[in-house]
Amino acid sequence: MSDLDDIVKEFLVESYENLDQLDRDLVVLEKAPTDRATLGSVFRTIHTIKGTCGFFGFAKLEAVTHVGENLLSRLRDGLQPLTSDVTTALLQLVDAVRELLDRIEKTGGEGDGNYAELIGHLTYLQHAKVLPPAPVEAATAAKTTTDVGVIDASIRVDVGVLDQLMNLVGELVLARNQAVLAAPSSDEPHFHRAVQSLTQITRELQDAVMKTRMQPIGVLWDRYQRIVRDLATQLGKQVRLELEGGEAELDRGILEAVKDSFIHVVRNAIDHGIESPAVRLERGKPAEGLLKMRAAHTGGQVVIEVSDDGGGISPDRVRAKAVEKGLITADQAARLNDHDAVRMIFLPGFSTADAVTNISGRGVGMDVVKTNIEGIGGSLDVRSTLDVGTTLRVNIPLTLAIMPALTLRCGGERFAIPQMNLLELVRLDGAAARKSADQLHGLPVFRLRDQLLPLVFLRDVLNLGGEQDLEEWNILVVQAEGRRFGLVVDRVLDSQEIVVKPLDPQLKSLTVYSGATILGDGGVALILDVLGLARTAGVLSPLDRDRERVKASGKSTPVSVNTQTWLLLASGPDRRFALPMAPVVRIADVPVGDIESVGRLAVIRYRGDILPLVKLTDALGDPPRPWAGDSIAVVIFRDGDRLVGLAVDRVVDVVEAEARTQATAARPGVTGTAVLADRVAELIDVPAVLRLTDPWAALTAEVGAS
Amino acid sequence: MTADQFCTFTLAGQHFGIIVDDVQEVIRHRPGSRVPLAPAAVVGLMNLRGRIVPVIDLRTRLALPPQPAGAEPFNVVVRTKDGPKALVVDDIGDVLTLDEGTFEPTPGTVRGPAGELVRGAHKLADRLLLILDVPKVLTYAPAAAG
Repeated sequence: MSDLDDIVKEFLVESYENLDQLDRDLVVLEKAPTDRATLGSVFRTIHTIKGTCGFFGFAKLEAVTHVGENLLSRLRDGLQPLTSDVTTALLQLVDAVRELLDRIEKTGGEGDGNYAELIGHLTYLQHAKVLPPAPVEAATAAKTTTDVGVIDASIRVDVGVLDQLMNLVGELVLARNQAVLAAPSSDEPHFHRAVQSLTQITRELQDAVMKTRMQPIGVLWDRYQRIVRDLATQLGKQVRLELEGGEAELDRGILEAVKDSFIHVVRNAIDHGIESPAVRLERGKPAEGLLKMRAAHTGGQVVIEVSDDGGGISPDRVRAKAVEKGLITADQAARLNDHDAVRMIFLPGFSTADAVTNISGRGVGMDVVKTNIEGIGGSLDVRSTLDVGTTLRVNIPLTLAIMPALTLRCGGERFAIPQMNLLELVRLDGAAARKSADQLHGLPVFRLRDQLLPLVFLRDVLNLGGEQDLEEWNILVVQAEGRRFGLVVDRVLDSQEIVVKPLDPQLKSLTVYSGATILGDGGVALILDVLGLARTAGVLSPLDRDRERVKASGKSTPVSVNTQTWLLLASGPDRRFALPMAPVVRIADVPVGDIESVGRLAVIRYRGDILPLVKLTDALGDPPRPWAGDSIAVVIFRDGDRLVGLAVDRVVDVVEAEARTQATAARPGVTGTAVLADRVAELIDVPAVLRLTDPWAALTAEVGAS
Repeated sequence: MTADQFCTFTLAGQHFGIIVDDVQEVIRHRPGSRVPLAPAAVVGLMNLRGRIVPVIDLRTRLALPPQPAGAEPFNVVVRTKDGPKALVVDDIGDVLTLDEGTFEPTPGTVRGPAGELVRGAHKLADRLLLILDVPKVLTYAPAAAG
């Protein structure tokens, strides 16, 4: 490429642009085969490429475009109609041209690709049918000479130059921050004024440069007509693509980052969403499916919706699949509402496709899309109605390079946290902190307006050393993937705009940071990655991640609300457990003296039979502890055709309550926590606990050994 | 016979050199901000005229004893394709022009990080000058954690 003439380079750039236009035109043409204006435009594009490559001596390119041009001229003159076959061949022609251009760009030559077959096919089509000239639509013919004049107002700029500009503006923002910091200590009035105008100009410059990097999302969509058409043809489906709001602009870095994800979403919609024409007619829908993409600005974000009017996602099938894949238990599946169930398509390793197709059924679909979107600070949600269709809604930030952030101090170091992750700040003095912070199996939680917020101590996660100040807690309520948690830091410093700089590749594996920034005083602060922190601290489990979602308004609402009868149990003075009453067979009070042991296993005699006991705290991995009183409470469950007993210190109460599940600690046997009877209780997943211990298998083994 | 220029420095009494073309500048040591959870040799991130530069402690990376208290080390800033990186060294020596004749590759029997990170040695009249493989020094991760 380096020794390529500038003229050739220009030819390549122009040709690529023309080819994108061609893709669009050809698909339009298929719908309106007699549109003379579009035909004319297609013809001119091919004609231009042919003319120029003849000049450069690219013989193959010339040969291919030459037959294309001949065919197109016949179409343009109405000598033969544009059939689906012809469109396919012309699209193949575009592909061949693109391939040749690509090779020229990379090697400077045309390579040794063989296009004889394509040339033969195009020639064949040209002579296949001769039709009487179709009536020309006079109205469209007039359009050919319009659509000029925009070009004069714009110039082509190398992307590298734009990136450099952006970097320089970043530096300027830093310099400005330093000047602002220095200003109060100066008593020179001119300096203050200068700093003020510097601030103003920097902001304007920043906006302007940001604008140069913005591209309409439509540039992503340019090729979608083609992709949709090809896919639909391949799958024997009929799909119409409607695009709306393509003028909404995004930073090109972000566009680049989400490019592949959207193609994946579109593929999914056509492959799994939209039904075949026969099925659609059967369901009373038009044979042609509709795929709609809409983009719109809202606040600092762009919302993109991809909706189809296909078969929708069956929540029951998703539940069944998730259970089958071992992602959740049958019990958990039954408790999920339909929306939450459908959202499980975002879990890693999930794919509902009954048939694995070569188009999208690779089993790594939506979770990759989700990771990708969230990687740039976006979020996504899915709504689906069975037989009516599916809508995927994606929120994407406009830009990444400069963002508002909060700076904080912890363990002697300064950090920055993006404002978009921040919900609120809570400051507590010692007594209040101790009162509202509960210990939950060693995991601290904080009661924020009667909701449990798991706490993550930044000092501990980052191994910063030192001791948590017990007299002052600063809790940043943050959200990651819709899950909230409280990040405890030493001090909250300041809110400022930061310039995000990527981390050294060597440090990329540290997922707790998303980058670094230079602060006003010249010091470096790491930018905390809320999602990475949550994962490292273990406050997100694969399912929890999708349990609770935050509405687009930014207000958080717990999603799973369980109204049922709970059995409240206690172990020791401070541990509370709750489990659903429904599957309990019986509750027995058993004197500690009646507990016998078979090997390492505790059993009691119950109605003439042996009942293995599972000590709940043992099953949850607590350190062993003797029973608190003279008798214990045994909650008896049916495990298959046998009975097992779950042993705790005592039964506290039976409560009918709407437990606001606050899924926390990814710990086997515990589904989450809830406030029941004014105390924090851990919700026990009984089948999981039984699976963890499998007392009957243990008993059989012990008996066999003795 | 080809000759190369080396920027030389000392670490715990040993003499080291890196090719001078790799060196962007030498500055007084600034530790920068700590990077919690980072590999031990990455002692911080510093602001070098608006660029964020990782500071790598060569003593740690080469499994040499830590700097004595009160030491005033230097940072050798090297250029890489991922931008500049700072290497912490004890003291800076002269730039030496040496030809290949005095060079000998590291014997395979040298163990530990030095075996992997030292390309070889130039045999000078009074001492050995160990030549570091800069890309390896920057990315080296000990096989065993700790």
